[in-house]
Amino acid sequence: MLGKLSLEAIPYHEPIIMVVAVIMAIGAFALIAALTYYRKWGWLWSEWFTSVDHKKLGIMYFLVALVMLLRGFSDAIMMRLQLAMAAGGSMGYLPPEHYDQIFTAHGVIMIFFVAMPMVIGLMNLVVPLQIGARDVAYPFLNNLSFWLFAAGAILVNVSLVVGEFATTGWLAYAPLSGIEYSPGVGVDYWIWALQISGIGTTLTGINFFVTILKMRTPGMTLLRMPIFTWTSLCANVLIIASFPILTATIALLTLDRYLGMHFFTNDVGGNMMMYVNLIWAWGHPEVYILILPAFGVFSEVIATFARKRLFGYTTMVWATVAITLLSFIVWLHHFFTMGAGANVNAFFGIMTMIIAIPTGVKVFNWLFTMFRGRLEFTSPVLWTLGFIITFTLGGMTGVMLAVPGANFVLHNSLFVIAHFHNVIVGGVVFGMMAGMTYWFPKAFGFTLDETWGKRAFWCWLIGFYLAFMPLYVLSFFGAVRRMQSYANPEWQPWMLLALVGAVVIMLGIACTVIQLWVSIRDRRLNADLTGDPWNGRTLEWSIASPPPHYNFAHAPEVGGIDSFWTQKQRGIEALEERPYQDLHMPRNTVAGPVISLFAVVLGFALVWHIWWLAIAAAVGCLISFLARVFNDDIDYWVPAAEVARCERAHQRQREAGDQWQTNGSARGGFVSADLRG
Amino acid sequence: MTTDTIKHSDAHAHAVTHGHHDTGSIKVFGFWVYLMSDLVIFGTLFATYAVLMRGTAGGPSGAEIFDLRLILAGTLLLLVSSFTYGMAVLSMTAERVTRLKAWLVVTFLLGAGFIAIEFYEFRHLIHAGFGPDRSAFLSAFFTLVGTHGLHVLFGLLWLVVVLVQLHTKGLNDMTRPRILCLSLFWHFLDVVWICVFSFVYLMGVV
Repeated sequence: MLGKLSLEAIPYHEPIIMVVAVIMAIGAFALIAALTYYRKWGWLWSEWFTSVDHKKLGIMYFLVALVMLLRGFSDAIMMRLQLAMAAGGSMGYLPPEHYDQIFTAHGVIMIFFVAMPMVIGLMNLVVPLQIGARDVAYPFLNNLSFWLFAAGAILVNVSLVVGEFATTGWLAYAPLSGIEYSPGVGVDYWIWALQISGIGTTLTGINFFVTILKMRTPGMTLLRMPIFTWTSLCANVLIIASFPILTATIALLTLDRYLGMHFFTNDVGGNMMMYVNLIWAWGHPEVYILILPAFGVFSEVIATFARKRLFGYTTMVWATVAITLLSFIVWLHHFFTMGAGANVNAFFGIMTMIIAIPTGVKVFNWLFTMFRGRLEFTSPVLWTLGFIITFTLGGMTGVMLAVPGANFVLHNSLFVIAHFHNVIVGGVVFGMMAGMTYWFPKAFGFTLDETWGKRAFWCWLIGFYLAFMPLYVLSFFGAVRRMQSYANPEWQPWMLLALVGAVVIMLGIACTVIQLWVSIRDRRLNADLTGDPWNGRTLEWSIASPPPHYNFAHAPEVGGIDSFWTQKQRGIEALEERPYQDLHMPRNTVAGPVISLFAVVLGFALVWHIWWLAIAAAVGCLISFLARVFNDDIDYWVPAAEVARCERAHQRQREAGDQWQTNGSARGGFVSADLRG
Repeated sequence: MTTDTIKHSDAHAHAVTHGHHDTGSIKVFGFWVYLMSDLVIFGTLFATYAVLMRGTAGGPSGAEIFDLRLILAGTLLLLVSSFTYGMAVLSMTAERVTRLKAWLVVTFLLGAGFIAIEFYEFRHLIHAGFGPDRSAFLSAFFTLVGTHGLHVLFGLLWLVVVLVQLHTKGLNDMTRPRILCLSLFWHFLDVVWICVFSFVYLMGVV
């Protein structure tokens, strides 16, 4: 009846997990109680959960990512604490099977449920606004993508309390992840969480690729697109071309585990190294899916705050395209030690070094944009400067790893851990923090508090170096990754230093939480009345903050790069009203959340081999999808009068904001209070 | 949001609507992109098959178990179904709904015939003890051919949906792009099958 599921699946004997579970339960209960008390369920459902508005979906992606960041970071600090303790015969406080789950969950959560949703969330919020579009190409699929991603996140969190998570490392290498060596449900949770959220990611890739290619405003040729849109376009090409490989690979592992097939087994003709090849044929493009949009953020930030056109726009575009192509022919550098032979290793080593060249082009572009610019040291700029230094360092250790000879020594050592945190923290995390600060006012209509933003930056920067430089040192002493304890007590001081670094990063995260709280408290003081708080250059700053749900009343005409900037230099001319038209908009949909709810049940039932429930949930998915297919009431018209009302309100607000800025008064809160009603 | 709802049929009144013009062509373009991503899945499965095709582990090789005449029959059914779907699209362009439905029904029957043959083949192999758990070669074979079969099955379901919608809604801005997308899907599966037929079956018996 319940498959493999029984009460024994709940780890009562693990006090740490039980405490976490209780805290999570209390938090969830408090949230549900608060929503019920304030009667917010209807609002949440109709304004957010069923929304097809790309801006709201972007915010929801980012919110889930921030929550998952807390979970992933708890894993990190638990690991650092364990390694600070478990020296010279001590076993620390985490038993090996629990420690293994933690490092697996940390990697999976940070990549799939923090970095990816942050990148996709920013894309959702920003890309349609940058290209002057009213929404994305397939608004319903966009909602569905978000909920499929959320379904995956839910499954990962369920695994904490019901059953276990994989102990295989974040990529679940076969044959360790096969049924013979991982008979528990941990790998199955990994499989279904990634499979369900991965389908959502593929849909997002298609959606934004089509949106960018087909829905740009008149005059915006490809080489006039803002750089963030360009990097998003390339990231989406990578998603379309690489995520199906992940889907197929996980499906093959599933067949091995569920139907006894022999793709990756050690016997009966299987080939386990094929798993490693396939997973990295997806995995290497994946890291560029994360970093390219971050590059885009830095480009926007640096051009805006240096008050200069981005240096070498065209080379930036071509460097992005070059990285996109090259990212598919470097995957083997993750396992030079496989024994593919000198020639194969040489090819992939050289390709890896070549990919550093377009990246170097970008670094010089950012530097020359700042050169003789009037750089304003806002917190997005600090994140950018921190990124340039940290990422360059990480890039250099990457080139060291690209030398096959050196790689044989460094493979699976802490050097690898230090290297990829060097580029992912220094690149993706810093980029997403910069992007969050930069576009927050566009999403919410007020800016984030600068003081706490800068504190967060300094904590992250210092904390990063304290936490990861010791790992480079330790790797030269021979410390390997994924070890639960170590014999040599001389390593302990370095491990302690790394723990201190992790604590400093924790302070940085706390600063961000405080920053959000302070900024929401002072939102009237920090209101963005003009829609253009940074004196921006691209189209998203030409409309109100937050934008009306239809984004643009008229399709903006674009005559070049940074057209909004050019327009401002000429003086915002002709504010006389053009007649407004009725606007065609997509209707909210319940299909996305409902299909994904069935997907959660389906995943859970498959993990525990509850076949009747799996069949019922699959049928539920299918029927709710068909219900959507047969529904033709999916769009509506916004009347011109409504558009005119919104646009005039923004116009009055902007004039008030301009006045407020010229008066130099710091106490303009009442203006926004009046206008916001 | 205080907005009015207008039914689809009134949409013509709003001829100039930026951002949403030409949604049909955007749908078809997006579907092309989806097909390319699906092709990557098939590419992965072909690569897997190429790696594992010699991993028979003492079990049968392709030459010993493939019944080429049966597969050829299935292949012909599928190829003809692509032709009949082409006729369906021509009928759609000519606005002849009854004829369109008839061609779609013929396509459905041919596709169902293909699936029946594949089902028979799989059943036969499994009963003979050559199931997908017998060897890595058979795992790769069943998965590649079976994934194509699942796609055809999904295409059949889609055909039913299109026929029902043609019956209830007729030819309109909603059904037209769907029929075009399904046509792309159906021809795509034919192209993939030609690769399966040559690469798996023909090369398997050589």
